[in-house]
Amino acid sequence: MSDVETFRAPIIARATDQSQSSHILKRSWEGPGGIAGWLSTVDHKEIGKRYLITAFLFLIIGGLEAAIMRAQLAQPNEHLLTPEQYAQLFTMHGVTMIFLYALPVLSGFSNYLWPLLLGSRDMAFPRLNALSYWVFLFSGIFLYVSFSLGSAPDDGWFNYVPYSARAFNPGINIDVYALGMVLLGISTTVGAINFIVTLLRLRAPGMSINRVPILIWGTLTASVGNLFAVPAVSLAFFMLWMDRQFGTHFFDASAGGQPLLWQHLFWMFGHPWVYAIVLPAMGIVSDGLPTFCRRPLVGYTPVALATVSTMALGFGVWVHHMFATGLPIMAVSYFSAASMIIVIPSSVAVFSWIATIWTGRPVFTSAFLFFAGFVLLFVIGGVSGFMTAAVPVDLQLTQTYFIVAHLHYVLIGINVFPVVGGIFYWFPKFTGRLMNETLGKWTFWVMFIGFNVGFFPMHILGLAGMPRRIYTYAEGLGWGPLNLIVTLGSYLFAIGVLLFVVNVFVSLKRGQRAGDNPWDGASLEWSTSSPPPVYNFAVIPTVASRYPLWEGRLNQGDDRSSTQQGFLLDKGRETIGTTSLDAEPDVILKMPSNTYAPLLLGVALAVLFIGALLHSWWLLGAAVVVSLLASIAWLWPERALSQIET
Amino acid sequence: MVEVAVSRTTLPVGSEAHHASGWWGMLTVIATEATLFAYLLFSYFYIASHAQGAWPPHGMPKLSLAIPCTILLVAGSYTMWWAERGIERGKPVQLMIGIALSLALGLAFMALEGMEWAGEPFHLTTGVYSSLFFTITGFHLAHVAVGLLVLAVLFLWTALGYFDANRHSAVSIGVLYWHFITIVWLAVFFTFYIAPRL
Repeated sequence: MSDVETFRAPIIARATDQSQSSHILKRSWEGPGGIAGWLSTVDHKEIGKRYLITAFLFLIIGGLEAAIMRAQLAQPNEHLLTPEQYAQLFTMHGVTMIFLYALPVLSGFSNYLWPLLLGSRDMAFPRLNALSYWVFLFSGIFLYVSFSLGSAPDDGWFNYVPYSARAFNPGINIDVYALGMVLLGISTTVGAINFIVTLLRLRAPGMSINRVPILIWGTLTASVGNLFAVPAVSLAFFMLWMDRQFGTHFFDASAGGQPLLWQHLFWMFGHPWVYAIVLPAMGIVSDGLPTFCRRPLVGYTPVALATVSTMALGFGVWVHHMFATGLPIMAVSYFSAASMIIVIPSSVAVFSWIATIWTGRPVFTSAFLFFAGFVLLFVIGGVSGFMTAAVPVDLQLTQTYFIVAHLHYVLIGINVFPVVGGIFYWFPKFTGRLMNETLGKWTFWVMFIGFNVGFFPMHILGLAGMPRRIYTYAEGLGWGPLNLIVTLGSYLFAIGVLLFVVNVFVSLKRGQRAGDNPWDGASLEWSTSSPPPVYNFAVIPTVASRYPLWEGRLNQGDDRSSTQQGFLLDKGRETIGTTSLDAEPDVILKMPSNTYAPLLLGVALAVLFIGALLHSWWLLGAAVVVSLLASIAWLWPERALSQIET
Repeated sequence: MVEVAVSRTTLPVGSEAHHASGWWGMLTVIATEATLFAYLLFSYFYIASHAQGAWPPHGMPKLSLAIPCTILLVAGSYTMWWAERGIERGKPVQLMIGIALSLALGLAFMALEGMEWAGEPFHLTTGVYSSLFFTITGFHLAHVAVGLLVLAVLFLWTALGYFDANRHSAVSIGVLYWHFITIVWLAVFFTFYIAPRL
């Protein structure tokens, strides 16, 4: 009866991209070309690139918003913007950078790199990966549609009640934000699920849990964090929307509701989220820096543990965003202490990076400069964070430009610098060409100087009492000169970002050809072609250490990884599933082909939220039905996936 | 390509029981959904702990429908466990009977819960308690509705002859979700009906 194989002893072969078997693999893994292929692809490399490009577009949009605000603040008593326009700009700037750039750009790296770092042919759920991208894209567009109508979210990115309640904010501004965030939460959650299951299941044989690159630890930790944190914010926004549209009373003090509940739910999510948008970036540095220091990372195990413990502690510090709300002193003291303890894992990582540079033989490439610059900015941002973890200091500094300075040192320093460095590092793998090094070094110095000139004076402005989120300020306060310097510095930083974009476009066309491993890196992605073939690896690699491509010179143990010889798995789209801790071969996984189901489901979900926004219940109902049908079609058991036998 | 060897170990191919990626995926879905309900119940207890005056404000919630509701869901979990055991032993008919029973029990739960809603002396907008009550039980009801849809689709797939002793990971994944819905109800039931009595 059974004509689908249920068990197989897989063939172990020696093969390269030129082998006959690789042509067969290429045929199996290649989807249709043209627009059909573009819309139906489930290839993690395509999805990763889309994430990177879309997130960078949002970075540029958010940067332009900041540039307009800095023009307004360059001098006292400017009238370029009205207060209402300014409120929308600073809100959309925050929303864009924190939600539409910072995590998605890291998802881009991880989507592209994870299977290559892990020695797999795709992510655990390729179709879910496509869904995650489409929903991210649609929620970004959703959040921006009202911007063009002049009624964008305007209550800051943390959207405190009661100002975001309907009585004080009757337009659709806040409803767009509320529903857009719930939609984006779906994308984040399914993305996180994909990373977690991929880590547990899809590592190359031999890549036990203590051999995975630190980027994997970073993204894994971020994903587990998101799995537990995102529901808080989705729920908070849903309850706010209910309060605004259906007259519930969750945050309505006059009917027994609790405005502070909003802040609790928001920051129970918000603080883990902050770590979710930096830990993978720190992972980029922990993997990239050793390549340019010509030695393994100092302290792999402490750095991996520091990554995980930072997130674990990160779930217990949310009240440090709420020190000024009048909570009992006993409660805030606990959260103050917990926040200070985070210094320990952070310092472990910092000393590991410094020791890696110190004891290595650094090669001063553009990527190295960005990684090393990041370490300094991380320390500055960490010190200002430590300062505001102390309750009395925070009471003085909260809602001032000191906080603006701190969060930009943390987010630009720990996210943007590693991301740009990471692009310099992996661009040859993505495209087969190197980026221009001379321009790259100029880019670094322009960005680094511009950033510090632009953002360091904000500390002083905050200490001088300048509140954040004011659209202008009076002349006699003495804030004018520093604000002018801030504006000029941030424009210099923007020029640096522009140089980087120019470098990307020029190098795409004229960059020097890169071989498989231009930096002589140690991890598995450098063992395959640049750019990688659609099937990633001609054979599934077998891993014997943390640095599979450096084993010859490191001389640690006798076992050798093998990238040329391993499981062939050429019967359609297949990859190997391994056990969670030891990565022993466990199952031959059948991987899905190109499909429109994720796009269809993504569109239906977007329409569902549009229906909710417009109170168009028939549209919402139709979208629910289409979503359910698309899900059923998606999950329909297939023989090709060996889900049914007959 | 040079064929070097054939692996000494034989591996299962494709979605086989707990080897299926979907099984692991469902565990993570349950983790995040359980967190969602934890935040819902946190909101309830947070607001309850700050309440001025009597809590619950409309008197103790009656158990006359809530207890039968609980029994129905627990029984529905049992019948699904029995149904899954059937297909593990290659008996699709037992699977179909078990799913049908669970579907009936789930529908009965939704009907009783609907009566409970209709019989409440308050509406969604009456106060913060009523907002919490309808939102939290509403979230759970929505999960039951999705669970019933899952069961209906599994019934259809079983009728089409898709499942046997070797290949039924979709059933195992659906059963996992169904048990989760029951456990969430126990937490909701405890919060609204038992906790105020303690």
